[in-house]
Amino acid sequence: MELARENELKLVAKDIRKKVIEMIGYLGVGHIGGSMSIVEVLTILYYKYLNIDPENPLKEDRDLFVLSKGHSGPALYATLASKGFFPEDWLKTLNQGGTRLPSHVDRNKTPGVDMTAGSLGQGLSAAVGMALGSRLSNINNRVYCIIGDGESNEGQIWEAAMAAAQFKLSNLIVFTDYNKMQIDGYLHEIMNIEDITSKWLSFGWYVQRINGHCFQSLDFAIERALNEKCRPSMIILDTIKGKGFSPGEGKVDSHNMTFDIKVAEKAIEDLERIQ
Amino acid sequence: MSDKEMRAVFAETLIELASKDKNIVLLEADLAKSSGTLSFKKQFPDRLFDVGVAEANMVGISAGLSVTGKIPIASTFACFASRRAYDQFFISCNYAKLNVKLVGSDPGVTAAFNGGTHMPFEDIALMRVIPDLIVFEPCDTVSLKKLLLQSINHKGCTYMRLHRKSTPVIYNENQDFELGKGVVLKEGKDVTIVTCGAICVNEALKAAQSLEKEGITPTIIDMHTIKPIDKQLLVKFAKKSKLIVTFENHQIINGLGSAVTEVLSYEYPIKVVRVGVEDMFGEVGTVDYLKKRFGICAENLAEKIKQNYR
Repeated sequence: MELARENELKLVAKDIRKKVIEMIGYLGVGHIGGSMSIVEVLTILYYKYLNIDPENPLKEDRDLFVLSKGHSGPALYATLASKGFFPEDWLKTLNQGGTRLPSHVDRNKTPGVDMTAGSLGQGLSAAVGMALGSRLSNINNRVYCIIGDGESNEGQIWEAAMAAAQFKLSNLIVFTDYNKMQIDGYLHEIMNIEDITSKWLSFGWYVQRINGHCFQSLDFAIERALNEKCRPSMIILDTIKGKGFSPGEGKVDSHNMTFDIKVAEKAIEDLERIQ
Repeated sequence: MSDKEMRAVFAETLIELASKDKNIVLLEADLAKSSGTLSFKKQFPDRLFDVGVAEANMVGISAGLSVTGKIPIASTFACFASRRAYDQFFISCNYAKLNVKLVGSDPGVTAAFNGGTHMPFEDIALMRVIPDLIVFEPCDTVSLKKLLLQSINHKGCTYMRLHRKSTPVIYNENQDFELGKGVVLKEGKDVTIVTCGAICVNEALKAAQSLEKEGITPTIIDMHTIKPIDKQLLVKFAKKSKLIVTFENHQIINGLGSAVTEVLSYEYPIKVVRVGVEDMFGEVGTVDYLKKRFGICAENLAEKIKQNYR
């Protein structure tokens, strides 16, 4: 990836982070931690890889995307708004009664959301179904999915992992947001998933492990995954929970944080200072 | 017409539908042999996905297939379809407003030698509380074929409770069926039996024969669709009856009987006696043994009617 393109993506990512902080700050509480850790992967998917059309969110040959860790909706909403799927002022309605942007993603409420998720472990199975369905219809698309590391405690993740390999779903590219924290603490204290790389390898997937905040690494990894011909792809993203939100970065308690608009404004100032 | 196995007609009907509509796909969780759907696999090898022993995943995958415009029919034993994959069916399929047809076979006592672990006395109860879901149970091969076709044409999720083995054919081929509309199998007076499914419809018919000898001629309604239930028909017969008796191969808690009382307690209050499994777990045995053990038999039904009538 050229430096200019990388810098462009960095600016987009910063803007998405700003929007996430703003929308949660405006409401006063929300899932900031796991939203901030997936900003780079969402940015590169929506600004480089996904074949989608904000004017026609349901176009038939589109790439499909499932946010299986559905509580990170704010990050997806900020990304979709910046792509023009809906007006940016919707962001201020997060979780308000009657909103089209609920905490957990909902395909019936938000333009550009392909699958409802939030009961953890279910989105990956849905992504497997989408990959099967797309292949059966001879649509030359990809299905992308982000799962959580805490979410990987769910047995259904591993049922879906087996099925994707069995059905040779090379059109399925999955990311694990490996920020190493879940609600009750660090994964290694609550429910350890190491050796995560060997686990996915042993399930028959093409596995890569990269710095999830580095666009160059993301770009290389996605390219390699796109060239894989017979296995589903797992890209494990080493990430930092709450990345770019100064009061919560790297903290377990950033999972669902209460903060007001003043804290949000200060955090955005801090974010602006980062190159 | 000979008494074909229900599963054979299930598979034949799906093959027939799938030849006309390429979007129909079938999912199994290592029970394709039991479900009788290997014939479907033979005909459409790339349209039957056997996900192994993983019912939750099967239902989740069905949701994803539905997003891509497929019409997935997910089939397993009713105990797993309901208890094991409930959240997946609830959230990924129904809450997400997708189009998944879930089929649960071996209802109630028909789980027989598989015993208590496999004996679903509560699947209707669980399914009935899912908003907008259509819940139905055909009682013979004729109603199975026609109702299955309608459920597949319906845009939205459905749950079909399927008796798997052979059972007497009740209806003639010309009988019309509509999801949500009960069928009056036999019209009598004073007592109305509301029932559904192969075991109970047949036992109810037997009970009617013995009651007739004692001067009680019951009406029998095949309420194949438990949700949405046919309110109009219930009220019509409540008005003509002195007693309503519900009869189900299921817990009396939140099953067909509860659905009936929910309607009648408001629309036309009348005495309703619910006959079915009374808050018990299942166990092993032959179907005949289990019918008696749990009171899902003509004798018990007739006895309950005699106790409560007059």
